[in-house]
Amino acid sequence: MLTIAHLKRGQRAIIKSFEVENVPLKLLEMGCLPGNEVMVVQQAPFRDPLYLNINGSHLAIRKETAALIEIELL
Amino acid sequence: MARQINVALIGNPNTGKTSVFNRLTGLNQQVGNYPGITVEKKQGVCKLDRGLKAHIIDLPGTYSLNASSLDENVVIELLLNKNDKDFPDVAIVVADVENLKRNLLLFTQIKDLGIPAILAINMADRMKRKAISVDIAALEERLETKVVLVSSRKNEGFDTLKELVINHTTLSTKPCVNASVIAPEYFGRLKKAFPNQDLYKLWLVITQDVNFGKLERGELNTIATFQTESKSNLKRLQQKETIARYQFINGVLKETLTIDTANAKDFRSRLDRILTHKVWGYAIFFGILMLIFQVIFDWSSYPMDFIDSSFASLSEWVKNTLPPGDFTNLLAEGIISGLGGIIIFIPQIAFLFLFIAILEESGYMSRVVFLMDRIMRRFGLSGKSVVPLVSGTACAIPAIMATRNIESWKERLITILVTPFTTCSARLPVYLIIIALVIPEQRVLGIFSLQGLTLMFLYLLGFGAAIFSAWLLNKFLNIRSKTFFVVEMPNYKVPMFKNVAITVIEKTKSFVLGAGKIILAISIILWVLASYGPGDFNNASAIVMQEESSNSLSEEELETKIAAFKLEKSYIGIMGKAIEPAVQPLGYDWKIGIAIVSSFAAREVFVGTLATIYSVGSEEEETIKNRMAAEVNPVLGTPRFNFASGVSLLLFYAFAMQCMSTLAVVKRETNSWKWPMWQLIAMSAIAYVVALGAYQFLK
Ligand SMILES: Nc1nc2c(ncn2[C@@H]2O[C@H](COP(=O)(O)OP(=O)(O)O)[C@@H](O)[C@H]2O)c(=O)[nH]1
Ligand SMILES: [Mg+2]
Repeated sequence: MLTIAHLKRGQRAIIKSFEVENVPLKLLEMGCLPGNEVMVVQQAPFRDPLYLNINGSHLAIRKETAALIEIELL
Repeated sequence: MARQINVALIGNPNTGKTSVFNRLTGLNQQVGNYPGITVEKKQGVCKLDRGLKAHIIDLPGTYSLNASSLDENVVIELLLNKNDKDFPDVAIVVADVENLKRNLLLFTQIKDLGIPAILAINMADRMKRKAISVDIAALEERLETKVVLVSSRKNEGFDTLKELVINHTTLSTKPCVNASVIAPEYFGRLKKAFPNQDLYKLWLVITQDVNFGKLERGELNTIATFQTESKSNLKRLQQKETIARYQFINGVLKETLTIDTANAKDFRSRLDRILTHKVWGYAIFFGILMLIFQVIFDWSSYPMDFIDSSFASLSEWVKNTLPPGDFTNLLAEGIISGLGGIIIFIPQIAFLFLFIAILEESGYMSRVVFLMDRIMRRFGLSGKSVVPLVSGTACAIPAIMATRNIESWKERLITILVTPFTTCSARLPVYLIIIALVIPEQRVLGIFSLQGLTLMFLYLLGFGAAIFSAWLLNKFLNIRSKTFFVVEMPNYKVPMFKNVAITVIEKTKSFVLGAGKIILAISIILWVLASYGPGDFNNASAIVMQEESSNSLSEEELETKIAAFKLEKSYIGIMGKAIEPAVQPLGYDWKIGIAIVSSFAAREVFVGTLATIYSVGSEEEETIKNRMAAEVNPVLGTPRFNFASGVSLLLFYAFAMQCMSTLAVVKRETNSWKWPMWQLIAMSAIAYVVALGAYQFLK
């Protein structure tokens, strides 16, 4: 399964789906919803956490959360 | 009397609520706490016109009405409780023009609650550069409310905003998104069970995570038990709700907002590439910390020397001018010396708050969170723990409150427990005076002052102690809690002068007033205890004269001997002697012992206490520092404050838990006495052992 955790810096993708229960509601509210575009802006050392641009929102999440969100490359 | 209406400022974090608040209220504001919890509550008054005043509350930032932290919960509690005296007559929803889509999510929720809501789109000054344009009239029509573009930075749009607030009664309260579209069947059942309640309000109460302590729900209490769906189903419904809201918002914005995305490679991404870089990012962060500590030490010395000498002359002036007597002595020796001991630190405290405010305001703090998360996680902390640990250098109390946005309870608890190790500004007075006494005034490599480096080392030691104990706690605390971590990375901003100035003034004022009260009380008590005594105290001159009759002493020497004898036989001397055996192995005498004991109320009391004890009975007024330098160890004949005892004292203050207010806050934040008591015992024990080791090794 391809997830946000696999994205390289600057790569864009579309969020496909994820198990709602595992992902914090706050992330959904910030725009992490199926169909929205996601891009990795920066990675901290060891690719964790990831600094993302999701649907125009800039936010950072940990790799473990990113690995739960399935994507489709653009 | 003017009529008053309640206005609440609501919005996502970093949209400029506080800036709007500052524009509307100026310095006409107070910062307090919400009852029972330690979320900061800012309120102020703004004169509208026609004899109308607005009582404005700056609510904590929140992304939605689904609370996931204590902070956000305050917002929901207020909006759900019509009987609250602060319940808004009208809400101003502050949005950032660059993040309109996300900001509107919260707006639609507030509107759906039936609260009149004005949409204030802030940061209008950035629209030109970002090629953003908003069709206000169309937006007003689609959202069925009033919309205003404002710029807190340029002070534009506020007259219109005030006008809208005055006319708030004309606002429509029709919902944007009908709640029952989320799940018709479920909402149908809800409606049947509670026919008189507002559906959306019911839904909010049912879905709130209730992990934040006892909430005042009033009449709504009963429905919290209405749970016809499993938790995961409820969450699925919340996702549906979010999607429905975004659908509505996308529809609205498609017609009203245009952004020319041509200039995508902007300032922000260029700056991010450096500031969050794998190597440069860390180097810059470290450099900034280094700069802050150098500045605090170097720049503040000028105003501090001035304050120091002013207080010494003031005290002398009082002694020489007022009629001699107990009251004059109390004023000159107790109160003025005690207050001088705290006022002298205003420059440094103000500088520290200045830097922290700038780091927060500029948006840089979030980058630090991003950079540090992985490293902090190793020690059981979160990237978000960096903010408490850095603001802990100002004061542990707001720092502990700043842990509220850490999502995982274990990470948050560990952060709360270790934050008091960071060097708060109350330790600064002690450090500075001891460093000035025992560390030579030299420069290293021609630029860094050795004293500045020592101070920096103490700050690093504080961080080190915090990190190390976090690692231990992480190993031994057996708490399971779900960890997740979402941080917004705001745009970089040039800090607004007004915001920074207000923060510095507010925080410094509350520090000085808070500490000032304790210090004043303690100086008076100490002065009384040092100026009176039982038995021998009252015959001091006779006894000393008799003892010394064989030695031919000058008048002056005799006076000094009498004063010293009196101090020893006073109440405080007797108490000090009683605890002396406990502090002697650390290199202290009973006077320092008393200072340490009294600083369990608050650390900054140390200097004031010594000032009071030393000045009692001494004829000429000297500055505290000179007086301390002159103090000798009668057994060894060396200065009392030498390298060994100085280092021992520095280490003691670095580790000891000496602050009642911090303990009280920890109790409130953790909801039990267990954690603050552990903190007190463990930290004091560590302090004692380390100081003991250092003195015995160095002496
Ligand atoms: N360019 C610009 N920046 C602003 C404006 N209002 C606030 N800011 C900046 O936005 C940041 C967040 O502001 P603040 O009032 O602390 O937001 P809050 O978190 O919502 O209280 C700060 O860096 C402010 O200086 C504005 O009108 N224009
Ligand atoms: Mg604010």
